[in-house]
Amino acid sequence: MSETSQEAGDSILLRKENGVAWITLNRPNVLNACDLPMLKKFQGALRECDSDSNVRCIVITGAGRAFCAGVDLQSLKSRCDDQGSLGDDLREGFNPIVQRIRNSERPVIGMVNGVAAGAGMGIALACDLRFASENAKFVEAFAKIGLVPDSGATFFMPRLFGLSKTLELVFTGDGVDAQEALRLGAVNRVFPLEKLEAETKVFAEALARGPRGLGLAKRAVNRALAMDLESALEYEARMQQLAGETEDYKEGVRAFTEKRPPRFRGK
Amino acid sequence: MPPENPIQQEQTRFQNILVEKDYQNVGIIRLNRPGALNALSYALMKELVQALEEFDSDEAIRSIVITGNDRVFSAGADIKDMSNQTSVQALREGNLERFDEIQKVTKPLIAAVSGYALGGGLELAMTCDIIVAAEGAKLGQPEINIGVMPGAGGTQRLTRALGKYKAMDMILTGQQISASDALAHGLVSRVVPNEQYFTEALKIAREIAEKAPLATRIAKECILKSDEATLSEGLEFEHRNFYLLMSSEDKSEGMKAFIEKRKPLFKGR
Repeated sequence: MSETSQEAGDSILLRKENGVAWITLNRPNVLNACDLPMLKKFQGALRECDSDSNVRCIVITGAGRAFCAGVDLQSLKSRCDDQGSLGDDLREGFNPIVQRIRNSERPVIGMVNGVAAGAGMGIALACDLRFASENAKFVEAFAKIGLVPDSGATFFMPRLFGLSKTLELVFTGDGVDAQEALRLGAVNRVFPLEKLEAETKVFAEALARGPRGLGLAKRAVNRALAMDLESALEYEARMQQLAGETEDYKEGVRAFTEKRPPRFRGK
Repeated sequence: MPPENPIQQEQTRFQNILVEKDYQNVGIIRLNRPGALNALSYALMKELVQALEEFDSDEAIRSIVITGNDRVFSAGADIKDMSNQTSVQALREGNLERFDEIQKVTKPLIAAVSGYALGGGLELAMTCDIIVAAEGAKLGQPEINIGVMPGAGGTQRLTRALGKYKAMDMILTGQQISASDALAHGLVSRVVPNEQYFTEALKIAREIAEKAPLATRIAKECILKSDEATLSEGLEFEHRNFYLLMSSEDKSEGMKAFIEKRKPLFKGR
C-alpha cells in the first residue's frame, strides 16, 4: 500500500442529486483511512448537507474497494511517537462526525461497499441504515493493538449486535461479514457489489421524497435510547406536536383523503 | 378566542430590548442585540431593569418571560464596555447591582434560554425564578478565561443552585455544560426540544398568570427567603404569609370555586 495520500484528488467528495447528498471517502489507495484534514472536510460536508434544505437524505460511502479503514495508520504512528492524545484526536476528528450523523434530521445511509474497520466501522454504525455489499466486512481490531473500540462503536455495537456478540467481537478482534451482520440485524440489506449503488440510490431517493416527520422521528428514536419511559413518552408527544405543525402533515392527510400519493416538500 | 394580533409589541423607547404584552397577562422581554450575541451592555441592562419595573407595577401583567433569540440567550457582559474601565468607573456605573434589582421584581420571572447563556447571560437567567432551556442550550461562567470571575451573582446563585463542587468546577474551569446536564443538576427547570423553548416558557407564564397574583408573589418571596434565612426564620416567614393570604379576596374565590367545581377568577386582592 502506498504511504502517500492521494494529494491530487479531494479526500472527501460531495455530490448532490435528486435530494440525496452522496459523501464519498476518497483515498482509495489507503482504503479510505482518515487523517485529521480529511475528517475536517468530512465534518464540513455533513455541515453543508445539514444547512441545505434541498438535501433530504445523506449517503456515506467509500471510493474503491473499501468503505473506510478507520484512522490513518501513518498519523496514528506519529501520534504514538510524539505521545499525542488519542482522546483529543477523537474529540476533534471522528466524534463530531458521529454526533453530526446522529443529530442530523436527514436520514443517513451507510453504503458499506467493502471493509469498515475501526473508526470506519464506528462511522458505518452511526448511520441510521446500513446497506452492504456481499463482500463487506465489519472489523474492530483494536484489541490487536491494545486499544478500545472508538468513534461510537462501544455505544452502537451493543445496540446493534447485542451485548455478548459485541464483547466477543471486541475481545477477539474478529470481523463480521455482511451476511452475518444482516442476520444479527446490524445491516439492513445486502446486495451484490455491482447492484449496491443502484439499489441504495432508489431507496435514498425515496427517503428524500419523505416528509419532514422522518427527521423528527429520528430525533425521538435517538433520544429515547437515553431516556426512561416517562421522558420518552413526553419527548414523543412533543415531536408529534411539531410533526402536526408541518406542511407535510397537512399534505399527507389531504393526499390520503383525496386518494392520491402525497407530495412532501420536507417542510 | 384570542384577538387577531395576540401579542402587542410596544413601539418604543427601548433600543436594546423588545417589550411585548401577551393577551393573557404575560409580559415578554426579548434581549435584542443580535449582532452582539445579546451582550448585556450597560444600556441594555438599564432598559431591562426599567422595563421590568414597569411590568412589575402594571396590574395587567402577572408574570414575565425574558428571552433572547434561537441562537443565543446572552453571551454575557459587553466586553467593550469594560475593557478600558477602571474599578472606580465600573463602581460608579453600578451595572452589577442592576442584576440585584431584577431579583426585586415581585412577579414570577421565566427565563427562556436557547443557544448560549454565558457569564452575565447565565447570571441574568439565574435572577429569574424558572429557567426553561432548549435541548441545544449551553450554559457556563467563562469569565475565568479572560482573567476575572463572575460578578453579577454567579458565585452566589450558581452555588446555591448546584452546590459547591459543581459550581467550583464550572467557575474555575470556565467549561460550559449542556441543557441536559444543567437539568440533572437542578440549574434549569425544564428542557424541551429546540423549537419549543419559547412556547413552553410562555405556556408556564400563562399558567402562572391565571393563579392568584398575591399568592404567586408571596410564594416567590418565601422561596427566595430560603436563600437568606435559617429554617426556623423561613418557616415563621412562611406561616405568617400564609395567614396573611387567608384574608385575601382571592382565597375566598379560590376555595369557593373549588367547592363549586368551576374555574376561579382571581383579581389580585
